[in-house]
Amino acid sequence: MLDADFFRRWMTATAASVDREAERLTALDSPIGDADHGSNLQRGFTAVVAALEKEAPGTPGGVLTLAGRQLISTVGGASGPLYGTLLRRTGKALGDAGEVSAEQLAEAFRAGVDAVMTLGGAAPGDKTMIDALVPAVDALGDSFAAARTAAEEGAVATTPLQARKGRASYLGERSIGHQDPGATSSALLIAGLVEAAGE
Amino acid sequence: MKMLINVPETVVADALRGLAAAHPELTVDVENRVIVRRDAPVAGQVGLISGGGSGHEPLHGGFVGPGMLSAACPGEVFTSPVPDQMLRAAAAVDGGAGVLFIVKNYTGDVLNFDMAAEMAEDEGIQVAKVLVNDDVAVTDSLYTAGRRGTGATLFVEKIAGAAAAEGMPLERVEAIARQVNESSRSFGIALSACSTPAKGSPTFDLPPGELELGIGIHGEPGRERRAMMTSGEIAEAAVEAVVEDLQPRNPVLVLVNGMGATPLLELYGFNAEVHRVLAQRGVPVARVLVGNYVTSLDMAGASLTLCQVDEELLRLYDAPVKTPGLRWGV
Repeated sequence: MLDADFFRRWMTATAASVDREAERLTALDSPIGDADHGSNLQRGFTAVVAALEKEAPGTPGGVLTLAGRQLISTVGGASGPLYGTLLRRTGKALGDAGEVSAEQLAEAFRAGVDAVMTLGGAAPGDKTMIDALVPAVDALGDSFAAARTAAEEGAVATTPLQARKGRASYLGERSIGHQDPGATSSALLIAGLVEAAGE
Repeated sequence: MKMLINVPETVVADALRGLAAAHPELTVDVENRVIVRRDAPVAGQVGLISGGGSGHEPLHGGFVGPGMLSAACPGEVFTSPVPDQMLRAAAAVDGGAGVLFIVKNYTGDVLNFDMAAEMAEDEGIQVAKVLVNDDVAVTDSLYTAGRRGTGATLFVEKIAGAAAAEGMPLERVEAIARQVNESSRSFGIALSACSTPAKGSPTFDLPPGELELGIGIHGEPGRERRAMMTSGEIAEAAVEAVVEDLQPRNPVLVLVNGMGATPLLELYGFNAEVHRVLAQRGVPVARVLVGNYVTSLDMAGASLTLCQVDEELLRLYDAPVKTPGLRWGV
């Protein structure tokens, strides 16, 4: 079973990897976006870690909704509302339980990903974070490691796609040949699960 | 890349402190990033709120003041502000007649303003929204996030601001803002890429002998790259793109807008060419604005915006305005 501490470790691990990979995310955002994805997420997850240190929620749902709110309040751009909604909706779906199973997390995370698709209007294949998150959700029932692999493969698979959502969509065919920064950061979030589980 | 900054992390806050020092007629909340006209809220008057990423100055903070915006919410450089900022702004400027959010059509701006509108309505503030999407370079709107909001934002903010100043109700101010947007089209050209403070180097590579047609205002490349053209050839391409799409039947407001690093000498020369081409096409010009209004940091280049106006829109455009970036009739 996964307790609030697991979810706190998940957020902390994600914050650390976003820190480590910020320059790479920004470099990916440079040819097809506006070169700030890394620094924006870095600002958001730094705020998440600070908020979790200040008030430690006692439930998995509480940790994720607090994290989501922080992202909405600090990131800006499209990433703020999208990542914020992902975590908030996942957290809400987990409810007030003190501990949840991996299956419950997988189910709640699917609700979060659905909410992101509704909010952003993106579907798989549009070259967005959805291209990493949907395969990850599908694999999450197997294991965290399988979800991580699926997310990473999903992110890489955005390279040949033409963007149809977000700022990269304005480039039309010129967006082809670049890996999507949002899908790449989503893969970091999923990889954080493996780290939190100590696998 | 040399920049007149301290560190990238404080660029926006530093600029806001400087704006406050230069314009005591504005209330600048540096910590929460909200710029409000000092006499807000004006009782019975619709509050106009806009915002977006920083780096487009004087848009939007430079357009706060009587006759234009009531408040502006600057985000990080090229990153939309967060809902908390807009909620604060709405609370500060609502004089009982509601507020109008003026939103440029970028996914981030739209999502954050939508969230803010929900939160403001929860607090009993009446909110209307208008989306600015004037950029004709984005053609395939079915498979993109739609047309970008660029130069027309100035016309929407100015004309809707005058309507609000006259005491028109929220539905009417919103309808006028929508009419201005629907009557406006823009097209942008980049001669160089811009450099964001966070990255410190050009956001895309544009060789000296080439230009980009159809650019946005975030350092994103355009849809087409060509060998360098003359000012006259660029004016022909820009006017054609805008006029073909707008099909103006009335006189137009002309905005020849610098992207930040193109001198006025060049912008006025470009304006002359724009006028030549408009005259050839039989498009009458009502008013002209030349300068850096909707910029993209240190990008060289220009954008052209045309807005066709009827008598009422022209009267509202001519109405007095007193802001750091736009001022006449006072």
